[in-house]
Amino acid sequence: MAHGAGGKASRKLVEGLFAPLLFGSSPGPLGDAAHIDINGTRVALTTDSFVVKPLTFPGGSIGELAVNGTVNDLAVSGARAEALLVTYVLEAGLPTPVLEAEVRAMAKAAWDAGVRVAGGDTKVVEHGKADQMYVTTTGIGHLIPGITVDPRSVRVGDKILLSGPIGDHGITILLARGELDLEADLRSDTRSVLPLVETLIRAAGPGIRWMRDPTRGGAATSLNELARDCGLGMVLFEDQIPVRDTVRGACELLGLDPLHIANEGQFLAVVSPEYADAAINALSLAPGGGEAQVIGEVREQPVGTVLVTTRYGGSRIVDMLVGDPLPRIC
Amino acid sequence: MCLAIPGKIVEISRDNADSALVDVVGVRRRIDLGLLQDDKPVAGDWVLIHVGFAMSKISEQDAFDQMNTLRALGEIEGAMQEVEGYGLENMN
Amino acid sequence: MRFVDEFREPELISRAAEEIRRLAGTERHYRLMEVCGGHTHAIYRFGLKDILPENIELIHGPGCPVCVLPMGRIDDGLSIAQQPDVIFAAFGDMMRVPGTQGSPLEHKARGMDVRIVYSPSDALKLARLNPDKQIMFFAIGFETTAPSTALTLMRAKAEGIGNFSVFCNHVTIIPAIRAILDSPDMRLDAFIGPGHVSTVIGCRPYEWIAKDQHKPIVVSGFEPLDMLQSIVMLLRQLRAGEAKVENQYKRVVPWEGNRAALRAMAEVFQLRPYFEWRGLGFISQSALRLNDKYAAWDAEQRFYVPGIRVTDPKAAQCGEVLKGVLKPHQCKLFGRECTPEHPIGALMVSSEGSCAAYHNYEHRKAAMATSLTSIA
Repeated sequence: MAHGAGGKASRKLVEGLFAPLLFGSSPGPLGDAAHIDINGTRVALTTDSFVVKPLTFPGGSIGELAVNGTVNDLAVSGARAEALLVTYVLEAGLPTPVLEAEVRAMAKAAWDAGVRVAGGDTKVVEHGKADQMYVTTTGIGHLIPGITVDPRSVRVGDKILLSGPIGDHGITILLARGELDLEADLRSDTRSVLPLVETLIRAAGPGIRWMRDPTRGGAATSLNELARDCGLGMVLFEDQIPVRDTVRGACELLGLDPLHIANEGQFLAVVSPEYADAAINALSLAPGGGEAQVIGEVREQPVGTVLVTTRYGGSRIVDMLVGDPLPRIC
Repeated sequence: MCLAIPGKIVEISRDNADSALVDVVGVRRRIDLGLLQDDKPVAGDWVLIHVGFAMSKISEQDAFDQMNTLRALGEIEGAMQEVEGYGLENMN
Repeated sequence: MRFVDEFREPELISRAAEEIRRLAGTERHYRLMEVCGGHTHAIYRFGLKDILPENIELIHGPGCPVCVLPMGRIDDGLSIAQQPDVIFAAFGDMMRVPGTQGSPLEHKARGMDVRIVYSPSDALKLARLNPDKQIMFFAIGFETTAPSTALTLMRAKAEGIGNFSVFCNHVTIIPAIRAILDSPDMRLDAFIGPGHVSTVIGCRPYEWIAKDQHKPIVVSGFEPLDMLQSIVMLLRQLRAGEAKVENQYKRVVPWEGNRAALRAMAEVFQLRPYFEWRGLGFISQSALRLNDKYAAWDAEQRFYVPGIRVTDPKAAQCGEVLKGVLKPHQCKLFGRECTPEHPIGALMVSSEGSCAAYHNYEHRKAAMATSLTSIA
């Protein structure tokens, strides 16, 4: 079960089992999308499965997640999504209005994201499986010129940027499950980050080293992966990390760290210092980028680790998630 | 032991005097006041919450006093250094 | 006032750190034990060790109710839940703690009905919502949490809810502190006293530590300023040769404790003659069980419990680490066979466990002492 949560166990599964058997002699670190060469044309390809309970929640539903998630994976790999293929695995007995609502949501999200749904497949499984529905989307797109995303290009002194507040999606889902007696005015942040990524590329293209959308496992997991892949240290400044008050409050109440909470409408970027100011200025002026922040910088130490520092000189290491974030009382 | 958070009582439930709605930076939670029977809080009071129960009322006055004590730390030090200079203080 | 941010003000933290440096001087080495796991967690979360001088050593005490639970008790709880139609309900803290056949989460993956609850009343609510199931609440915690379990049981009794039971592992803090002080290999100067346990038991129960053992104890809050202020107060006492109980956490802790909470505990619980604490052995009068009035809600009476004692693997030194005799990295299994992903003992999996904290925070900072100076 821990293998699905996006953290250490997931990574072990992918690196230890899938990669050696399936990816062959593919060199280099695993990214959000694959860039392949077809007779001289470079295309980007990615796929993702979406499993969420409940299906709908404030701010969206599985339909939106399925579209935006894949568009975003392509975007942070430096590609513009052109088309999606969609697979639905449906639980027998799923009411038609529920399915219809999701398909509509997906259609709207695709329209909003500027991507077309080119085809798909549907399977029905017996009642009791599939938690109502599982959705997989596969996206194909073309590379945006002027940008190369590669963790190996990250250097000491580079700045770490975050497009907006973290934790909104994961906490919204947690509250929407209704198991906790918590209420808050919170919505999932699900959206396509492609427009902001394109803004970033226009303002700072040559300076962009790496990007990622911090979904399951949160920003901590994404940055830990980067730290590992480039062998450097990610030092974050705690009071510069944007977190909404309600998310902070919910995390305090539950004993969770916002850095471990899933996001569906944000991205991280590492930008060279010469381009960092232009990058953050362009993002903050763009629609939906008003809360973008420089949250840290790359240093030589601590190697392969994410360190969060406070204004008063205290610091703590933030590891990748082991399994799902669990609320605690102690 | 003991993740406990301060929260402000927004309202006491009408049909259950032991239940209240608290606000923690915009997150609202229903909590149990059963352990504060001897000193019932009212709306506007701050309480310490642990596993869904109010454990204690938080005294704003004591909090202010504490902040003042902490602010004075630097000032007292100046006076102490003077005294130490006279060799009057026992270092152990 | 929000009662949180104010106690994290950087300027005041610097001042408090300055005062500590001034009081600590350079000649003497101070060994302070923070009893409560919540304080251990706070120390690491706020990076407090970075701003304390070298000659102040913080020793982590056994106040982590998950860490002191012997593996056999986890097995017992899970074996009850293996029976048909039983729902195992526990706090998130318990979910990854290993039993001999795996943790509760691992049991859930194998088909057991395991639910995370945030409050004992959530567990009672599950019982109301699932009348055809038996809800077994795996209760843990010191005196901070016991009253809430007690009140929930009183409600269950009043409402006649029969499909609810509690597997009680509540423990009490004073016997644990006594065991630490009785330990021959333990050298401590003073205690940072538990903050939230004290909201229930008050400050009087610590008086023997000051009077009989001549060690200062300051009941402390959990924000950075609280802990730093407590250390200031302890240093002042130590330098003046004093030993008394002080309450730093006045805004929350009443000196007399919470009578209503103590009444609820007395109504429902009784002390077990003895209870096994992981690493500390059997301690008498140190844990609670449901009394005869509540026998009908006692999971140990309602269900068959194997009660097998499970000893820790020989190489695991959970006990010594719990007592503060060994630092986590000095345990032979630390970072090798025992890691957060494959924990052997609860100290590595609990968010308050010294080993987990050390593994995540301290261990990897050893190499970067130089870079810390460039952060400020």
